[in-house]
Amino acid sequence: MKEYLIYFAQAYPNFRRAELESLADLYNIPLDLQHHDETSPFLIVKLENDEQARNIMQRSVLSKGIYELWGHGKSVEELHADIKARSTDKFEIFKERSFRFNFIGYKGSRSNRQRVKLIESFSYMAFTGRVSMDNPQEIYTVLEEYEVTGMAKATTPINLWLGRQIQLSARSENILDKYDLRTRKYIGTTSFDAELSLVSCNIAQVAPGKITYDPFTGTGSFLVAAANYGGLPIGSDIDVRMLKGKGDDCNIQSNFKQYNTSLYFLDTMTMDFTNNALRTDFVIDTIVCDPPYGVREGLRVCGAKNPEKAAGRENVVIDGEKAHLRRDFIPPKKPYELSNLLDDLLTFAANRLPVHGRLAFWMPTANDDFEINQIPQHENLELLYNLEQEFNKWSRRLLVYVKRDDKYKGETTNGLKSQNIKNFRDRYFNGFNEKSR
Amino acid sequence: MKFLTTNFVKCAVKGCQSSQESFPLKYEECQLVQEEQEYNPEFITHMLERLDWNAILKVAHDLGNDRLPPNKPENLDPIMEDDQAVLRDLHTLLLETQIVEGKMVCGNCEHIYYIKNSIPNFLLPPHLC
Repeated sequence: MKEYLIYFAQAYPNFRRAELESLADLYNIPLDLQHHDETSPFLIVKLENDEQARNIMQRSVLSKGIYELWGHGKSVEELHADIKARSTDKFEIFKERSFRFNFIGYKGSRSNRQRVKLIESFSYMAFTGRVSMDNPQEIYTVLEEYEVTGMAKATTPINLWLGRQIQLSARSENILDKYDLRTRKYIGTTSFDAELSLVSCNIAQVAPGKITYDPFTGTGSFLVAAANYGGLPIGSDIDVRMLKGKGDDCNIQSNFKQYNTSLYFLDTMTMDFTNNALRTDFVIDTIVCDPPYGVREGLRVCGAKNPEKAAGRENVVIDGEKAHLRRDFIPPKKPYELSNLLDDLLTFAANRLPVHGRLAFWMPTANDDFEINQIPQHENLELLYNLEQEFNKWSRRLLVYVKRDDKYKGETTNGLKSQNIKNFRDRYFNGFNEKSR
Repeated sequence: MKFLTTNFVKCAVKGCQSSQESFPLKYEECQLVQEEQEYNPEFITHMLERLDWNAILKVAHDLGNDRLPPNKPENLDPIMEDDQAVLRDLHTLLLETQIVEGKMVCGNCEHIYYIKNSIPNFLLPPHLC
C-alpha cells in the first residue's frame, strides 16, 4: 500500500466522505476514510497504486486532486528530511521526465520569490528532465497549510506536503462551470443546482451503461448529471409542461445536446409515479431524484379530489367517444401526502433495483421537530447516508439507500406518518413558527 | 418517444400488472419521424441484453416493419461486416425512430394512452387509479 494525499474543495465537507467512499466502492477499491476530519481539506489515504487513485478522483466534485505523497513536515526542514527518508528511491524513477512545480496554499500562500527559493531547495532530487510549464510529464505540488490568528496574514505554514500529481478531480476540470444553471438553456423553478446534482449521482453510483431513473424529472437536472457520468437517464413527471419545455431549442433534449450527451439520453414520459408504466422486469440500476414537497410544486397524483362527485364520469361520452379515452382528456389530480409518496418510492426501489443498486433522494425536514426516525426505512433497503444541507430553519437531506439481498432483514418504518409530522409545505409557508407544528 | 422506449413501458393500470396482454402496448395510428442520433455500436449491443425481443417484434409489426430477425441477434461484433449492418439497422430502428403522435392501447383493459409531441402520456382517469 502507498500513501496518497487528497486535497478537498471547501464545499459541503459533510458530503465528502460519502462521495469518495461511493466512488471507491464503484471501482471495488478498498478505501478507509474513518480518520477523515471535516475541518481539514487535507487527507492521507492508503491505496494500492496510481490507477486506484485516478479512479476515485476523476469523477469527484467535492475533492480537487490526489497526489502521491513524497513527504510531509511541519517546517521546510522537516519536509526535506521526510522526503529524503522515504522517497529517495523515487528520484531515480522520475529523474529524466519533464516536470514543473505547483503550489497550493490553504489559508495562506507564499510570494513568487519564496516559491522559487523553495523549488531550488529541492535540488538534491537531481532531476535532469527539462522544466516544462505547459506540458510536463510530472507535476510536483507543494501543498501548504497556514494558520491565521487575528487579522494578521499568515506567513509561515504549519504543515507542508510534497506530492506528485496523480489526478485532478472533475471539479478542478471545471465541471461546475460546464453545468452551471446560469448557462443551461432550459431550466425552471425546480431545477436542481449543478454541484449537488452531480454529487448525488456520484453517491448514487451512476455509471456508464447503467439505467438511471428520475421519477420526478421536472426540467431534467438529475438526468443531465447522470449522463455526464455515462449513465442512461430515463425520466417521468406528472407535469407534461416541464417535459415539453419552451420550444425546440429549449427543452430537456436541447440540454443534452448542449452537453454533448444526447447519445446517453433514453426518454421522458408523462406519468404519475404512483401509477407507474415502467414494466416490472425492466431493470433500473439507480434511482436519483428530488421528490416534490409542495414548496415550489404541489404534491399531486392522478385521481379525483372528491370521489363521490366524480363517480360515474367514466361513462361520459363526447362525440360518440368515451371522454376519458379522447386525446384531449386531462386526468384530474388530487393532493397526496409526502409520507405516502416516500413509502411508494422506497417500495418501488426495493422491488425494481438490483441487489447493490442505490436509491438517492432529497428530503426536507424542519429543524425544530426533526428526529432521526422520521427518515423512512424499508426492510430490503439499507440506509447508507443521511447527509444534511442546513438552511436557517429547515434542512434538506440527501438520503442514500442500497438494495440488499434476501439475507438482509431491515425494518419498514415511516416516522412522518407515525409521529403525525405536519406537511412540510404548511410549515414552510408559516415560517416554521410554533403554531404550525 | 423513441422506438426503444416502447420496450420499457406497459399499461399503468394496477389491475393489468400481472396480465401478459398489457405489454407491449399496441401501437396504432402512429406518426413516425427519423431523427439522426450519434451511432454507437456498444450502446446497441449493451442495450440488446435488456430488451424483450418478442415485444420489439410486436411493436415493429404494429408500425409496419416485419423485416426483423425472429430471434434476438446475439454476440454482435462491431468489427464484423455482417454484424455491422445489423447494428446499423437496430440503431436506426431503436434510437432514430421517433413516435411523434399515436395511440398506445392496452391489450388487457383496452385503455388508450396517447403520444403527443413525442411524449407518451400515462396519466390515468380517476376510475383506473
